[in-house]
Amino acid sequence: MDIFLNLLSWVLLSAGGVFVLIGGIGALRMPNLYTRMHAASVTDTMGAVLVLTGVMVQAGLTLATIKLGAILIFLLITSPTASYALASAALLAGIKPDAGQAADRTRGS
Amino acid sequence: MYYAVTIAVLVTMALALTRALIGPTVYDRVLAVNMFGTKTVLLFSVIAFLSGRPDFLDLALAYALINFIGILAVLEFFRSRANKRAEEQRGNPADGGETD
Repeated sequence: MDIFLNLLSWVLLSAGGVFVLIGGIGALRMPNLYTRMHAASVTDTMGAVLVLTGVMVQAGLTLATIKLGAILIFLLITSPTASYALASAALLAGIKPDAGQAADRTRGS
Repeated sequence: MYYAVTIAVLVTMALALTRALIGPTVYDRVLAVNMFGTKTVLLFSVIAFLSGRPDFLDLALAYALINFIGILAVLEFFRSRANKRAEEQRGNPADGGETD
């Protein structure tokens, strides 16, 4: 049982690390603000959920698990809110998503 | 196994800092700083178990709260600044048109 829990937490933690790295690389290399936001939201949701769940499995039924659950719920509520506020502010400031330009280009050609 | 996650999160924080330094618009920088804050929360909660001190979890919780409020405050500031600039740009050509 202990080995099983260790294995589960190891798999969750390494998958979370991989997702966090993918999101970081995407946020650096994507061409556009909105695509960068898409890449960053991978780390905010999938990476955070996997890493925190892996640590929770390692902690067992203690007070630390409750704190980690509180952090997880808080991150899951606030990170879409921050993403929405950022996208809305950028759109109001006049930064256009690139999809419209690409659609115009294909329509023109 | 905690070391692998810690290194991955640290590398991602370095990538986010690079994006914050080279980001063309101010919103790229805000996005990168938001990502950096979320990664700091993850790093705290992993380091709490890496070093065997669960006190770090309180720091992680407080950092998540402060990060969220800070990002919202900065975004509100930039939005009001963009609105003011847009109004000035709308006002100036009208004034020029009247004088012409």
